[in-house]
Amino acid sequence: MWQELRTRWYPLGLEVVTVALDVESSEARPFIEQAHPEHPSLIDEAHLTVELFGFVNVPNGVWIDEDGMIVRPSEPAHPGRNPVTESFRTIDLSTVPPDIADVLREARKIKSDPDVYVTMVDDWVARDRESRYALTADEVIARSEPRTGAEATAAAEFELGQYLHRAGDHAAAIPHWRQSHRLHPDNWTYKRQAWNFEDPMRQGHTDAYDGSWYEDIKRIGAENYYREIIP
Amino acid sequence: MRHVILHDLKVDEHEFEARTGWSIKPQGACKADACVPLPPVARLGDGRLDAPVISERLGMPLVADELHGVWALGPETAVTGRALTSAVAPDLVLPDADGNPFKLSSLRGRKVLLVAWASW
Repeated sequence: MWQELRTRWYPLGLEVVTVALDVESSEARPFIEQAHPEHPSLIDEAHLTVELFGFVNVPNGVWIDEDGMIVRPSEPAHPGRNPVTESFRTIDLSTVPPDIADVLREARKIKSDPDVYVTMVDDWVARDRESRYALTADEVIARSEPRTGAEATAAAEFELGQYLHRAGDHAAAIPHWRQSHRLHPDNWTYKRQAWNFEDPMRQGHTDAYDGSWYEDIKRIGAENYYREIIP
Repeated sequence: MRHVILHDLKVDEHEFEARTGWSIKPQGACKADACVPLPPVARLGDGRLDAPVISERLGMPLVADELHGVWALGPETAVTGRALTSAVAPDLVLPDADGNPFKLSSLRGRKVLLVAWASW
């Protein structure tokens, strides 16, 4: 989907860079190969961009201008209508196992306008600095995600966990990832990555973690899964 | 720039700068327009820094895994209390699917839309 948009935007001076937040790069690679991207398609095993830009979910995006200045901070970044998420809305729930049906019911309640982000990027490409969506440096910093000691400690705990996992000691990673979930519960990148290692199909409840995708989205309300975009 | 996993609490200051974007200057630790004064004990005199002191001054949490003898130094909180200390884009280098490093700064002169996704 990003490739299609990149074809539209590249001649107008914008490059798309996608970053896969997969601790195991082998999980992301087949998706990249299937997309045949002409744009840089990078892999961020350590969730470095989460720390540097404040991503808290996927898809999240930032805008960087020609001079290397961030002009919009991290926010939900949907590339228009997505066939996968559209299928969540049309599948007959009576044909799937009850726990999957529960998950899909919540997924259908997630509030997001799939077209708004693309419209904003179109405007930025057309109007450059005159675009109402291109923000000043002070606005960019003020609108970036809050980072108190808890969120920063969660980043360090996630980092230690991914280091230990990649060093071959997955069990040692779990307590650090549990801590990252406790300290920064709004960060879905920490949670979904960790749950996925234990239950890739459902990201369901396991002995390793207190939460699950279903339990956590029920707790916050599906309408809060993505932060609202402030134009 | 990359994450900061430490095997020793004495950190080479050039490596610290390469990993965090904070450079050590006479007036303190500096990033973009921000400089945070450092007490004399932060500098160990041999080009290395005392990680716990730096951690405290910059509000970078230092988290340990004692069994494996490693620490992680988290991102700073001392300047803005937000994810971004500055609107200057960090000098990010990440590998592509073939493992080739890609520098974000190589796109200077173009607008960039950087988007995170995941297989999970």
